[in-house]
Amino acid sequence: MTETGPIRMLLAKVGLDGHDRGVKVVARALRDAGMDVIYSGLHRTPEEVVTAAVQEDVDVLGVSLLSGTQLTVFPRIFALLGQYGAGDMIVVAGGVMPDEDVAAIKAMGVRAVLLQDTPPETIVTTLRRLVAERGAR
Amino acid sequence: MSYIPSDTLAERAARGELQAVGRLISRAEAGVPEVRPTLAAIYRRTGAAHVIGITGVAGSGKSTLVAGLALRLRQAGDKVGIVAIDPSSPYSGGSILGDRIRMSELAADPGIFIRSMATRGALGGMARATLEAVDILDLAGFDAIIIETVGVGQDEVEIARASHTTIVVSAPGLGDGIQAIKAGTLEIADIHVVSKCDRSDADRTLMDLKQMLMLGHAAAASTDWQVPVIGVSAYSGEGIDALVTAITRHRAVALRSAAGQTRRLAIADFRLRKTAENLLAERFAAVAAEGAPPLARRLADRDADPYTLARELVANLLAWESKHE
Ligand code: B12
Ligand SMILES: Nc1nc2c(ncn2[C@@H]2O[C@H](COP(=O)(O)OP(=O)(O)O)[C@@H](O)[C@H]2O)c(=O)[nH]1
Ligand SMILES: [Mg+2]
Repeated sequence: MTETGPIRMLLAKVGLDGHDRGVKVVARALRDAGMDVIYSGLHRTPEEVVTAAVQEDVDVLGVSLLSGTQLTVFPRIFALLGQYGAGDMIVVAGGVMPDEDVAAIKAMGVRAVLLQDTPPETIVTTLRRLVAERGAR
Repeated sequence: MSYIPSDTLAERAARGELQAVGRLISRAEAGVPEVRPTLAAIYRRTGAAHVIGITGVAGSGKSTLVAGLALRLRQAGDKVGIVAIDPSSPYSGGSILGDRIRMSELAADPGIFIRSMATRGALGGMARATLEAVDILDLAGFDAIIIETVGVGQDEVEIARASHTTIVVSAPGLGDGIQAIKAGTLEIADIHVVSKCDRSDADRTLMDLKQMLMLGHAAAASTDWQVPVIGVSAYSGEGIDALVTAITRHRAVALRSAAGQTRRLAIADFRLRKTAENLLAERFAAVAAEGAPPLARRLADRDADPYTLARELVANLLAWESKHE
């Protein structure tokens, strides 16, 4: 990534979900893999998260969800990204959710869903691959 | 998705489209060659914004203060841009950019634009693309632009050459707060803030600082501007109004007075040097990447001395552009 610099990533927690252990593990792993990581903090709204992602112009918006709200959160996030003209942003998800929800959010446009027990190296390689596939922007 | 030309993005940014502002800053940060002519054209269109620098050691409360300040400026009708810089890890090159999390109450207001930046090895408290980010925000119509420096070193004096108004933050209870000021940031402050004034030990820090300033001022008294010391609590909001008043007053003085003119020239001079420095650093890397230089061989063989060869190297760096661009 020498041409374009480190991958920029926003890690976000949305709504009342207070589980932040996983997201902090991921933040450190990504930093140690050479990425620039911004963490939203807990209890953000989709509006706040998308505004931040657009201002920071991150390569990847990653949402960590352990609260079961994925089917309402992602439609909102994609709608807002569209309003900002930021449809090229890569969106990924992590946390805990049932298989049928994984399929549903992938159909909405979530590019990767990396749930509990995913080794950090897998997360790193997945993000690198997605950004490389996207190309220059 | 097709690649949108930077000139197109600049027009969109000038109309206030936030996505274009964000993307242009990314391209400036990545040093994409295609964005350079656009940045050059943007510079000519800037100069309207008031640039406020905030420095002080890590943990002194800069980010929290920036949030409080931005909110107040926003209430007064300004659009506020913020560029917040954090260090890159020297081991991985990555970073966790933590300033934004302290500004979360600003999160959904489109009139406030927050951009986090990692230093990526740059020294002096700012990142290489910080000044370009300021230009882009200026183009986009942000009236006040706040730069928050890294706050690790005691040598972050460059901020005074990048901002119209420089605020130095000292906090009670850090022990080394006053120490940092002794080591060189005392002189660069247009405004001193003692943060966390809700704490009982803040009075002591205020007194120490005022005393130190009186000693300094006996030597170098300025007639245009008396550097104020303001106690602020970002938690209770105490002192924020006084700070905004001081910033507004300083801006007026800086715009009108002879000292202000000198300052503007110094800012331009710094920008020029920094840009030249970056240019040379880039060429250096590019020339080095072209393979082991024959110059080094001549040096190793004692064919010539380092001083002569260094001149030759510099000449090569300058010639490099015409060959490659
Ligand atoms: C620890 C824990 C808690 C702790 C949280 C502490 C903290 N600060 O994080 C406490 C005790 C506070 C807690 C509370 C609750 N919890 Co709880 N909790 C757990 C538990 C046991 C482990 C979660 C954890 O930390 N895992 C370790 C980390 C490292 O894993 P992780 O978060 O999954 O992250 C990994 C991946 O998912 C991925 N990842 C995570 N985020 C992201 C983001 C991106 C972008 C990417 C790429 C990857 C990624 O990478 C990580 C490394 O592999 C889970 C059970 C489980 N099996 O997950 C329940 C669980 C999540 N909790 C649950 C519930 C119901 C609750 C409560 C509502 C309980 C209650 N009734 O009070 C409260 C709600 C609190 C709140 N406000 O949200 C349910 C959620 C059910 C659901 N989703 O429908 C679970 C699944 C338990 C269960 N089986 O019922 N909980
Ligand atoms: N008591 C008190 N603590 C504060 C205040 N402002 C910031 N802090 C705390 O000081 C710490 C560092 O704040 P931060 O804004 O991140 O400082 P920075 O590293 O200089 O940007 C945090 O724990 C804040 O909660 C304040 O006004 N009062
Ligand atoms: Mg900070």
